[in-house]
Amino acid sequence: MKKLGKVFLGIVYAVLYAPLVVMVLFSFNSAKSTTTFKGFSFRWYLNLFTDRSMRGILLNTLLISVCAAILATVLGVIAAYGIYKMRSKKLRSAVNTITNIPLINPDIITGVSLMLLFTFFGTWFLHNSAILGFGTLLIAHITFNLPYVILNVLPRLYASDVSLYEAAMDLGCTKTKAFWKIVFPGIVPGIVSGFIMAFTLSLDDFIISYYTNGHFNILATSLYTAVKKPLSPEYYALYSLIFLTIMLLLTAVNVLEIRSDKKKTTVKK
Amino acid sequence: MKNKNKTSVGSLFLNAPYFIWAALFIIIPLAVVLFYAFTDGNGQFTLSNITTLRDYWRPILRSLWYSVAATAICLLIAYPFSYVVCRMRPASQKIANMFVTLPMWINLLIKTYCLSSLMDGNGLINQALVAIGFGRLPLMNNTGAVIFGMVYNYLPYMILPIYNVMSKIEPSLLEAASDLGCSSVSRVRRVILPLTGPGIVSGIIMVFVPSVSTFYISAKMGGTGDFMIGDLIEGQIHSQNNNLPVAAALSAVLMAIILVSMLILNRFSKNEEGGSVLI
Repeated sequence: MKKLGKVFLGIVYAVLYAPLVVMVLFSFNSAKSTTTFKGFSFRWYLNLFTDRSMRGILLNTLLISVCAAILATVLGVIAAYGIYKMRSKKLRSAVNTITNIPLINPDIITGVSLMLLFTFFGTWFLHNSAILGFGTLLIAHITFNLPYVILNVLPRLYASDVSLYEAAMDLGCTKTKAFWKIVFPGIVPGIVSGFIMAFTLSLDDFIISYYTNGHFNILATSLYTAVKKPLSPEYYALYSLIFLTIMLLLTAVNVLEIRSDKKKTTVKK
Repeated sequence: MKNKNKTSVGSLFLNAPYFIWAALFIIIPLAVVLFYAFTDGNGQFTLSNITTLRDYWRPILRSLWYSVAATAICLLIAYPFSYVVCRMRPASQKIANMFVTLPMWINLLIKTYCLSSLMDGNGLINQALVAIGFGRLPLMNNTGAVIFGMVYNYLPYMILPIYNVMSKIEPSLLEAASDLGCSSVSRVRRVILPLTGPGIVSGIIMVFVPSVSTFYISAKMGGTGDFMIGDLIEGQIHSQNNNLPVAAALSAVLMAIILVSMLILNRFSKNEEGGSVLI
């Protein structure tokens, strides 16, 4: 029975990773094909560094992700603190429901609805229906990032000690000062994880960007144009690098966690 | 009195940015979808966009059954998968989990492209089959391939929530069940299954929602008759016809599908565990 379980796990992992193995393998292909392997070369990796349009696209992607993550984090922290301070339960649950809408809605609905909003605004108020671009893309990214920031910060706020905050006020702190001195340090981990989540979601998002980007190309949207034709192995090389980076990061995090778990159990013993 | 006034001004200052943002970019866009769905190009009320949907009932139904099938298969794989992982040592569980999350970080488009390069008529699997003298298999451009593509891409989203709840079940609870005479089958049925209910529900949501609305997977993996509601919306917007009202009407249908399935799931989870769970 145990063996059967291991075999089952093995099969699932094999299927999950087969396409990724193909990606890494063919990123070293010397020919411009993703189905016949001609020979080993670093050609596509070198291409990445010399390809000017690719560099522009990567810079665009980074720009939008950093801006969206920062703005979503700031707005999200303010929103989370507002929700936390809300007295009316009804209002709070209504706000929480609205926060959940972008999480539950399929990306295509979020994308199409924002696109329609922007074109609606453009045609009826600016008499210019081609307003999609960096600005609209940024708004879209902030919108889908916001719930993730809020959901990362809120639990930290609820876990914070109210009596400490009250004590600070009793000792003469203003509300703002009490917030920065008492509440804020406690929610920093939530803010950091919210920011990281927002950043990575922005980096990877395709569907919402596809409907709101106009002519402002980012990695995912240019990838979509590319995968409609026979794909250049240059994208394989780029995503192999991303894959490797993430694998190293995740491994490091997991090794650290396993080590600290071990320490904890030995201390207990 | 003065103090009370102050707090309400303070909370208004706190809440205003998010309220405005949510109204402008979450609520109003959904209203604009409905506006486009019920008006013609000049802003006049019309039902013609809705009535043209009659031509699309096949792809709409198709989207439903493809995504239900993909969700069911994901559940059938993810549940035993999580069960096996939960019985491993804690350190191995971490590693197993890491390798479930890792593919989620790679863009769906490139994963699907790689999958199709494996399964294509001249793809790697068929090349290998021809090389050993077996002949080609029609792996791609059919319904099975679309569903397989969805299962491949969304399986981690089913595994993670199920694993998360399953790993938190106290071992002592399972021991107690055995001590009280439960066989291993009834232990799964009467203890583990009810306790993992919330994980199953959020797994279903996380797989069903992107599956029913997908547009690249069906276009890439499917044949000419496998396009789905997402492909229709994309076609209405990005192809030359650029028919926003019909795209809006189709989006409204998709929203309705999601809403109804959420209501069904919420009722279902309430009956099972006495509380509703969303993600």
